[in-house]
Amino acid sequence: MKPAPFAYHRADNLAHAATLLAEHGDDAKLLAGGQSLIAAMNFRLARPRVLIDISNVVERNRVTEEAAGVRISAPTVQRHAERHSAVRSRLPVLAHAIEHIAHFQIRNKGTVGGSIANADPASELPAMSLLLDAELEVTSAGGSERIAAEDLFITYMTTALQPDQVLASILFRAPPAGHGWGFHEIARRAGDFAMAGAAAVLARDANGACNYARVVLFGLAPTPVRAKAAEASLSGHALSADALATAAGLVGEVVDPETDVHVTEAYRRQVAPVLALRALTDAARGAGALS
Amino acid sequence: MNEKLSIAIDVNGKRYERSIDPRTLLSDFLRHDLGLTGTHVGCEHGICGSCTVLLEGDPVRACLTFAAQVDGKRVETVESLAPDGKLSPLQNAFWENQGLQCGFCTPGILMSMQAFLAENPHPTRAEVREALSGNLCRCTGYHDIVDSVMAAAAAMRA
Repeated sequence: MKPAPFAYHRADNLAHAATLLAEHGDDAKLLAGGQSLIAAMNFRLARPRVLIDISNVVERNRVTEEAAGVRISAPTVQRHAERHSAVRSRLPVLAHAIEHIAHFQIRNKGTVGGSIANADPASELPAMSLLLDAELEVTSAGGSERIAAEDLFITYMTTALQPDQVLASILFRAPPAGHGWGFHEIARRAGDFAMAGAAAVLARDANGACNYARVVLFGLAPTPVRAKAAEASLSGHALSADALATAAGLVGEVVDPETDVHVTEAYRRQVAPVLALRALTDAARGAGALS
Repeated sequence: MNEKLSIAIDVNGKRYERSIDPRTLLSDFLRHDLGLTGTHVGCEHGICGSCTVLLEGDPVRACLTFAAQVDGKRVETVESLAPDGKLSPLQNAFWENQGLQCGFCTPGILMSMQAFLAENPHPTRAEVREALSGNLCRCTGYHDIVDSVMAAAAAMRA
């Protein structure tokens, strides 16, 4: 239960981290909050030869409001983001979702970017990046690029990020004004990893027709997934209880769960539409429907 | 690979300079390098919470923190609660309400609750239970621990 030896480098800023990554190549891993990495290292499931510590870079804990939404620097601790007024006012679903990550002691150290780059399919922030159409700013020694969250997740714990790339910031786009949101997950105990979860955002036009819909499932496939068929079924329609139930019934198309020590595949298939309907119902109420 | 690293950490108001192996966990640094054995080590993967300490005032898992990451920072351990040997109001409430039970998980619970009560001086029992969810007690039963925290909150408000 102790980590294997490694060489330690401390980055002053993210550009410095990118330079160090270019220098050390595949041997190196970035250490942000370390709440997944250090646990894996203690078990020796991970044995990086080089750690590049970005937990104290100058960019940490930068949350800025932009016209499109809220930009959060990757090395921002989750607890900082969860409490930030811009997040709470413009992205209430994000603040609510972060509160479900483990316990406050973990969120005091775990980072927003670290959780997304770690790409655990059951974790909340990767799902939020899909739900909120996030755009990721990625930097390397060669320059910067932007990646849509939709193009980021490949499979379990695997993203499109290249070994020399550092996630710099995440722009979470704010849904339309007047939107409603819902977030539901099932875990055996408060703070445990979700066995299954769903989140939704809905908005209506002046006539009450749905003009914005996002439905995301997590813990139910090798990556978090958007249920686009469910979204499309709501578009242009009144958000009635029947319409929501129909939409929730369509999430099965993107669900591809596994059996693990916690629950079976069949259980996950069964709860997916239930959680989706709960999330959609909360979202519809928040958007002023179903009253 | 085995290059030593020099760090300076403020622990309980005292500055310590040490040369460490980079893979040293903060929990082991506190216990082995500084002899502060009040910080207990249970699961060593962030689940049980017995190693919880305050880093710049915020509770974190010492077993999921490398000592190297804390260079130049301020840490408080359970030893900080009673610097002159007199129990703090929080510790005293645990004593009076049988909140220690076997005592193994207690240091982590005290450090978590120290921060929790500073932010939330008027907690409900439900809030206390939620706040305790990141600290496992294997004696079974959180009832006396919740009583202790509620009593501590009342004593600290007085």
